[in-house]
This record gives sequence, C-alpha cells and structure tokens, in this order.
Amino acid sequence: MRVIHAEVDDGTLIAFVYHEARLIDEKRFDEWYELYADDGRYWMPLARGQGEGAAHTSLFDEDKLLLKIRIERLRNPGSYSQAHPSWCQHILQAPGVESRDAQKGTAVLRTPFMYLEYQQDRQEVYAGVAWHHLRHAGGKILIVSKKIELLNCEAALPSMQLFP
Amino acid sequence: MTEYRHSAAAIRALVRDDAVHRDVYLNPELFDLEMQRLWRSAWTYVGHDSQVPNVGDFYTVEIARQPLLMLRGSDGAVRVLLNRCAHKGAKIVGAPSGNCGKLLRCSYHGWIYALDGSLRTVPLKSGYAGTRFSESESARGLTPAVDVAVYRGFVFVRLSREGVSFEQYFGDSLSSIDNLADRSPVGRLEVAGPPLRFMHNSNWKMFVENLNDTMHPMVAHESSAGTARDLWRAQPPDAPKPMVVEQFLPFVSNYEFFDKMGVKTYDNGHSYTGVNFSIHSNYSVIPEYAAQMEAAYGAERARAILGESRHNTVYYPNLTVKGAIQTIRVVRPVAVDRTLIESFTLRLVGAPPALLERSATYNRLINAPTSVVGHDDLYCYRAIQEGLAADGNEWVSLQRNYSDREKEAGLAGIHNGTSEVSMRGQFRAWVAGMATGETARTGGLGESSGVRGACE
Repeated sequence: MRVIHAEVDDGTLIAFVYHEARLIDEKRFDEWYELYADDGRYWMPLARGQGEGAAHTSLFDEDKLLLKIRIERLRNPGSYSQAHPSWCQHILQAPGVESRDAQKGTAVLRTPFMYLEYQQDRQEVYAGVAWHHLRHAGGKILIVSKKIELLNCEAALPSMQLFP
Repeated sequence: MTEYRHSAAAIRALVRDDAVHRDVYLNPELFDLEMQRLWRSAWTYVGHDSQVPNVGDFYTVEIARQPLLMLRGSDGAVRVLLNRCAHKGAKIVGAPSGNCGKLLRCSYHGWIYALDGSLRTVPLKSGYAGTRFSESESARGLTPAVDVAVYRGFVFVRLSREGVSFEQYFGDSLSSIDNLADRSPVGRLEVAGPPLRFMHNSNWKMFVENLNDTMHPMVAHESSAGTARDLWRAQPPDAPKPMVVEQFLPFVSNYEFFDKMGVKTYDNGHSYTGVNFSIHSNYSVIPEYAAQMEAAYGAERARAILGESRHNTVYYPNLTVKGAIQTIRVVRPVAVDRTLIESFTLRLVGAPPALLERSATYNRLINAPTSVVGHDDLYCYRAIQEGLAADGNEWVSLQRNYSDREKEAGLAGIHNGTSEVSMRGQFRAWVAGMATGETARTGGLGESSGVRGACE
C-alpha cells in the first residue's frame, strides 16, 4: 500500500485547522463548505462524553446537505433572525496532532478553543475542545468529522446561529 | 401602572373575547401572579417516570417558583415533594437527578428523611426535648405537592389547593398522550437522553400560542424549510429523500394545507392541531415497525394509532406534546421576558432504533438552540416583546375566525386549522386562573381563593 503520510507534515495539518476557523469568522462559507469531505460531519454533542451513535440527540449533527441548508439560509433575505447579522470569532489554542494513520492518510487533531458569537449588542462567550478528523490525499486535506465538545453543552443556551 | 394583585376586574379587562392587552406579555406583576395563581392551580407537567426507574431515583425541577423533587419511593410509587428541608429550608437535593439511596439526608445539619418525605431522625435529638418541635411544621418532614397524577408515565402536579381534579382539568385532551404511548408496541415510553435547552428572551405565552399557530410556518420558516425545498429540487427525481428533507418540507406547506389540518380545542386552554392530518403525516413507512404494531394491537387498532398524526398538543400551561414524532417540549418561565424551553426526545419502548433516530433528528432540527427553525421563531417572539412597547394600539388581535357564537357555545370543538381559537381558549383559561384577587390572602401555596376550571 502506498504511504501518503509524507505528503502532509504536521505543520500543514495544524495550519489547516487555523484556516478552517478563519473561513468561518470571515463568513467565507462556500470555501468552508469545500473543506468537508462528501461524507463529512459537523457534530456538537449535547452531553459530556456522548459517544458515537448515542441514543439521543445532539446540538449539531450536520452532513453536507444540512451545512448547505444553513449556508444558503444565512444568505436568504428572509432569514429574519439575521436582521441584525451575527458575527463570530474563534480563538484557538495551538492544535495538537493526536494521531496519524499513514496507511489511511488520516489524522486527528485536538484544539481547545474559545468561541464568541455577537449579535445586536449581545456577545456570547463559549469554550470547548474541537476534534478534527482529517483525511489527506494528493496534497488535499478534507474534514471527515469535526466534533465540538462544548464546555457548557448541557446548559440553557440562547440562539447559536453560526458555527463554533 | 395598574395594580393587578387586588383587582380581579383589572385582570378580566385585559382579555376580550377576540383580543388581549399587551400587559399580559409585558407586566412583571402579572408574571408574578401567573406563577402564584395560574401555574399553581393548574396541573403542570413535572417529568416522566422513566427518569426515575429505580427506588431512590430522583429528578429535580422548578415549577411556578417552587423547587420540586420527583422521587421513586421504597414502595415503587413516584412522589413529588417540595425540595426544602423542614429545618432551615435548604434544598434537600442539589443535583438535577441521581439516586439518593434509601434515605434523604440534608447537606447542612444532617436531618434524615424516608423516601416518602417523612422525617426519620434528627442528630442530637435530645436538644428538642421540652420544645414544641413535635407539633411543629418541622416534624412533618418534607411537604408533598398538593396533588400528583401519573398518566401513562407522565407525572403532573397541582401545587395549590385551588383547582380541579386531574381528570376534570385535562378531560379528553389526554387522548394525545394515549396516542403517543400507544405508538410503542408495548405501550411504554422512555426519555432518551438529556433535553435540548433553549433560552428564549420572550414571554412564555408567545411560545405556547405559537405551537398551534398555523399561519406562521410558511412565512417565518420560508428561509429554512424553503431553502431545504429549493436545494432538494435540484436533485434528480429518483434520488432518495433524506430524513431531514422529509422533516423540513411540510413546514412550507400552503395555507390550504394548514387550514384543512384542523384544530381541536378543549376547556382549560388545551388544544391540538392536526385533527385530520399534519406535517408529520407523510413520513416514510418503517416496515419492521408497522409489522410490530400490527402484531401488538391487531391490524385495525394499529392503523388507528398510526393514522393519528397530531401536530402539537398544548397541555396548558407547561407541556406540549408531539405524538407523531415522539418529542415533548416543557415550558419553564423564568421572568416576564425570559422562558426556558426544554425539549425531550422519547423512545418508543420495543420499537426499532430507526424511530428514535427520527425523533432525535426532528428534535435537533426544530427545537435546538442551534435550530434554523427555532432561530426565526425566537426572532418573531422577540420582535413582539419589543414591538408591544409601541403606544397607540395596546391590543393584540386574536380575531381570526372569531364568531360571537363562541360566547354562548364555548370554544371546545373542532375548528378550521388556521383559526386563532386555540389562543382564545388559552386566554379564557388564563383569566379563570388569574382573576381571583378580590380576597387575596397569604399562607400555603394557595395565594388566593377563587374557582378555576369553569371556563366562564
């Protein structure tokens, strides 16, 4: 089997995680969408320690179709909740490469973060840990899964309209 | 500002047959009175007995500003006690849920209670010798809720001595809970995981009214469900319809659809939309489940159970049920302009996992604080909360399909789905529960006297 590990060094993977956050913060959502693999998942569990396939719901559990619906909706002038547009800011701690699989060309990165979402004189502050499961081939890196463990996942939350 | 506490007449003047005064959404004194009168004399939903399956299991919650403890006793019965130590008033249980073992012990001075709330022991009891301790409130232990009813696993309380019996309060509206539980091949439900908790900066009644408001989806949800529809249109005709598309699309059905859906109203503020069909009617069939239901109930009864697809049932004031998709939403008012909505996913015991996946998906898409549907609903509630400050028109219209016949004939019955009759029914119940202030008195949980249940 071809070893593709060497195509992408750790620094490139780490830069990718920073780049992903920047695209959201700058509302470059079409470019952001393209970072996700066709089978990609954007997931924010509802419970601490919630495993894959837990028998209950989540805060986000988006495939590419749901991401596309969100992105298109944000552009729709009929999105009343965006009468005052939301803006967000990610502040990332240095991502750490937790593991790599040379055979499969996959990597897992862990990134503690703060996430601020602002709308109409109100600014919400969130924190958590993001887990990026990445796949790289031919020099291109794709997100297979971004799992966001929100510090206050079980708290009563206001509208969260963008993407931690 | 009008003083409402001591004037039933002032409260009655807020509700016309076909309109309500803005103060019902804006006035903090009315909010206090709602918590003291309406919410305590009503039957309110506490939790589901599947949340406390074993002896000593507890679940704590606050209703109408009362700290409550739902607890499975040594005898297997579910009780609801006020979560307040009989000594100095500390909450006897601090955790949101868990198991307390065979006894409850106060964290402060170690007073110990049996699981039925009776006081078992007090440390260094000799210190009370010669005092009037044994005749006092303290010796009686934890105060039970005035009345408790468990219906198909749903635990309800009444916190005031005012009010009517459980059966009289809900009447035939309980058929929606029956239909929800009957959807399990063994007739049982379980709460599946923690609730989605969405804080709304708006009055609780806006949320409750909205659940049977069928004139808003095609407007407020065009940007979300309409986007899903438009993206779906671009797919080839033979592409399999994803579950999320199946769930989003009916939100942007036309007016005729929602009108023909029908709404059924009951006394005491209860109602449901989707008498004839609903946005949940055309979900894809899960053959394994259909076969299970038929085996459990027989073909005819199974068809009748699954043929119901009620949209939202409002159990006024704090529970709303979606039987056809097995989710419930619990209304927790915090302040006059602040309301927590907790949305629970229910598992149909014995049914295939695909049913739970469908419920969990729907709950997330529609009820989560991250929901694109919920964002626009909340925007509209907030717009009302701010817009009602406008002077010049102090009234909120509830006139759609109003007729003077409602005065004599009452509101109970089946109506066209886009009627605002369910909201008129809620405000009749509101007045009955609120306009009781002529003879205000203190003591106990019954803040004032009055008769409720009779929709005048």
